[in-house]
Amino acid sequence: MISFDIVVAGFVAGSMYGLLALGYHVTFIVSNTLNFSQGASLMFGAVMGYALHVTYGLPLPIAAVLAVLICAVLGWVIHRIAVAPFSKNGSIAWLMSTIAFGIILENAVMLTFGKESRSMPSPLPESPIRVFGTGIYPIEIMIPIVGLACAIALSLFLKRTILGKALLAAAQNRDAALLQGIAVTHLVSVAYIVSTALAGIAGLLIAPKINVYAGMGMMFGLKAFAVAIIGGMDSAIGVMLAGLLYGLGEATIAALLPSAYREIIGFGFVILVLAMKPEGLFGHRAAQKV
Amino acid sequence: MHAIRFKIRFSALVAFLGLFLFSVSPFALAQEPVKIGLVAALSGNSALSGEAINRGLTIAIDEVNARGGVMGGRKLVLVRRDDESNPAKGQLAARELIEQEQVAVVFGGIDTPVSVALVSVMQELKTPYMGVWAAGTNITHHGKTPNYMFRVSVVDERVDTALLQYAQKTFGAKKPGGILVNNPWGESNQKGLEKASAELKLPLAGIEKFGNNDVDVSPQLTRLKNAGADSLILVGNAAPAAQVMKSLDRMGWNVPVVSHWGISGGRFNELAGPRYKDVHFVQTYSFFGKQNKVGTKVMAELKKRYPEIKGPADVLAPVGVANAYDGLMLTALALDVAKSTDGDKIRQSFYKIPEYEGLIKTYKQPFKEGDNDALNENDYLWVKFEGKNAIPVAGK
Repeated sequence: MISFDIVVAGFVAGSMYGLLALGYHVTFIVSNTLNFSQGASLMFGAVMGYALHVTYGLPLPIAAVLAVLICAVLGWVIHRIAVAPFSKNGSIAWLMSTIAFGIILENAVMLTFGKESRSMPSPLPESPIRVFGTGIYPIEIMIPIVGLACAIALSLFLKRTILGKALLAAAQNRDAALLQGIAVTHLVSVAYIVSTALAGIAGLLIAPKINVYAGMGMMFGLKAFAVAIIGGMDSAIGVMLAGLLYGLGEATIAALLPSAYREIIGFGFVILVLAMKPEGLFGHRAAQKV
Repeated sequence: MHAIRFKIRFSALVAFLGLFLFSVSPFALAQEPVKIGLVAALSGNSALSGEAINRGLTIAIDEVNARGGVMGGRKLVLVRRDDESNPAKGQLAARELIEQEQVAVVFGGIDTPVSVALVSVMQELKTPYMGVWAAGTNITHHGKTPNYMFRVSVVDERVDTALLQYAQKTFGAKKPGGILVNNPWGESNQKGLEKASAELKLPLAGIEKFGNNDVDVSPQLTRLKNAGADSLILVGNAAPAAQVMKSLDRMGWNVPVVSHWGISGGRFNELAGPRYKDVHFVQTYSFFGKQNKVGTKVMAELKKRYPEIKGPADVLAPVGVANAYDGLMLTALALDVAKSTDGDKIRQSFYKIPEYEGLIKTYKQPFKEGDNDALNENDYLWVKFEGKNAIPVAGK
């Protein structure tokens, strides 16, 4: 039986996946590259938020803004070190180098922050609100709202602003964009900055719910990538909806079957989508000029 | 010239023989210390457990040495190696300690996977192992004879019986549900719970698993709730177990929770939200409450050596300290009986230890052929958190 508890659990987990998956979407549509250190960036945002707020005593809003800014700088660094040197030559070595960057970041945090989990205070009341007999923490309401807002904002930004159109132009034809005077390399840097800033926001929102620890981003990063594939890499709204779908699916499977089936069926579905609809459930098949 | 050379060579030979004879003389042997090895997590997430074991061992070793050592005057020396919670590193460290350092006994740490990996090494090198934390049943019950694996700690199989009995007695449980971490430790406890459930004729509502990275455990808990669970048996380390408590809080399900001791090895009280106080869990010792003679002595030593310890609340991971202290004292008695550092003689001597009044209890023949575990369910203590302190709620 699917209870309201399970719907809430799935919706919350799904919106976390969706929010993180937006980071994959934004770098992919601009540069056809992916930042596989998204999970580590999420963790870094949470750790920075914890360090600034709990360790150094900054007020939570200031600590959160600073943590997101630090994550944005991290995105620029990731692009300059782990992506640009390879992607400009058409190499796909960025695939390994972004994974490596994530592993380095995770281990550096283990060395400095430690391996133990820490509790991150929530900016909202910590008692659940009762709806149809089920408790919902206020932060759990905030996560999907922020996720959907980010997806809509990103979608509008890309379609309605000059910078957004420039980003898309760079993705569609790099050489033509360069000839039009668009600074493609800088634009890709911007995409990476946005991507890791989104991961940082996701980390800060998730932290009060799952606590803060060095390994917190690994499984999230992987599931968010699965969600991005299911949703379709080129659709911000699609990615967010796929996140919600995936989270609800996971919770339903865990409620009906032993929990080990959750990953088997979840990742099995990813393979099925790749085989049946490679552009994703909400993506568009790319037109190829011949 | 030849005569001078001959004299020099002859003198060197005499000196060498003299040194050799001195080194093998009973006098020299009486002075040679007996090395005790420790292979445990001394860094990383479980470093606290390694430090607690180190403290218990050091206090016990100093006490043994102060009263003249073992085997008629040989001092004990501790040689430590960090396994980093990694079974392969643990195996290498144990082998090096036995073959290079020639330790007489190897003490183990918190990690069941490391201790299980050490079984083959200890059995091959015929050296006794003393486990003082890891609870995996197959550490001492591995099917090989003669058995070199000994333990002064809890045993999963016995804990599972005790968990169900405690839930039954304290909370009137008629249909408990198991919520276990999805790893070999959870598997070990699943077998133990199913066996204990059959023995106690106490049916289980079900057994559900959760992952170390699960965001929400509500789906699994909902299954148990729908199956009619009237209490929960929790097996997991502090951080993932905290997610279980948060999910219970969100669901508004006020069900009694009885837990294995995994939650004591982290910041459970900080991570689990307001429901952290509701969990009753198993320990082997607490420095709270009235202490026996040995407890008073060990507490005084802890305060003397570690200025940050002002009282029982400051003794972090007390089970590590207590188990290690008693484990070392029992080992010293075995060495006295063996009068040798030969591994097999020490192993046999563990079965001939005289009665010993220890920290956790008075041991009367702590080890028997076929039972290398010194503690059983009657020795377990039940506690719950008040802040960061584990306060006893039920005694032995």
